[in-house]
Amino acid sequence: MIPFMEREMAEKQNWIDKETLLDIVVVSESTPGPIAINAATFIGYKVAGFWGSFCATLGVVMPSFIIIYALSFFIDAVKGNTIVEYAFRGIRAGVLALVVKAMITLFKQCPKNAFAYVMIGLSFVAVAVLDLPVLAVIISGALIGIAAFFIGRGIEKKKEARNK
Amino acid sequence: MIYLELFLMFLKLGAFTFGGGAAMMPFLEDEAVKNRGWLTSQEFVDFVAVSESTPGPFAVNIATYIGVEKAGFFGAVCATFGLVLPSFVIILLIARFYEKFKKNNLVKGAMKGLTPVSIGMVTAAVVSIGSVVFFPNGFSFDTFISYNFITSAIICGLMVFLCLKKLHPMLIVALSGTMGIGFGFLEKLLVKV
Repeated sequence: MIPFMEREMAEKQNWIDKETLLDIVVVSESTPGPIAINAATFIGYKVAGFWGSFCATLGVVMPSFIIIYALSFFIDAVKGNTIVEYAFRGIRAGVLALVVKAMITLFKQCPKNAFAYVMIGLSFVAVAVLDLPVLAVIISGALIGIAAFFIGRGIEKKKEARNK
Repeated sequence: MIYLELFLMFLKLGAFTFGGGAAMMPFLEDEAVKNRGWLTSQEFVDFVAVSESTPGPFAVNIATYIGVEKAGFFGAVCATFGLVLPSFVIILLIARFYEKFKKNNLVKGAMKGLTPVSIGMVTAAVVSIGSVVFFPNGFSFDTFISYNFITSAIICGLMVFLCLKKLHPMLIVALSGTMGIGFGFLEKLLVKV
């Protein structure tokens, strides 16, 4: 979606410059919720204030909503059909591949250090093996991250003080 | 009330998941499959399949889909509204002073923890979807040589390869659906012979 946004909004409409777009991507990825919705709300606000963000968000949601709404009746109608059953057997395997791809993409973006590896391992075990509530795992992850950040900074400051 | 419950469930999803569509799956599975029993694990994977293969953000698609299946048009409206609301409010607040937000140490620290956590959770989603795909009737050692296991492994392997070649998700779903139909009829033929 990002290359699309860059072409449409920075080059064609001149609504925002490329640097602002980069900021928008960073903020959209580090706030909760669907990234596309975050970006739409943000861009809408930058361009035209509250109602701008309202219209932009509605614009992102509408096509999805209409397509899925219509499609759901179609799927319910063909459910139980042998060919559809076969197709879904294949599609489930395809979806697994899509999720594997998402995992690989996220991993490539993640900083590679011992802390990250431990956190990946712990959160995986917490969800897949121990079956802990996902919400609790997310909140703990954020808190541990904050703690690690301040501890890391504290150590750096001490080092600096010693070097002086 | 089902409308309120749909709204609140997706409100939680919108307010607490970071890192996009795939990172939402474990949370959604927790809420819709385990806690509420709205969907079976297999139905969940089918819903994910439909939502991944239609245009638009995955989260909006699956919210609309679960909403309409559970409570019709207004169910879909409540679910989607719940999902979007936290993003909308949070971004509006941040848009006013985002220079400060970017440099905020709490945000930096939280992201330091949340980035790897979302990877761990997507990996958990891989395991849970994998068990639906490869062991639909529960785990046993016979399943490793079953027709379903072998054909699923072929499809999945090929599709991971094509995904990494940047083939569009919609094509991945179309192709794996076609292969599923092919393997399904092949099985019928093999049983007859």
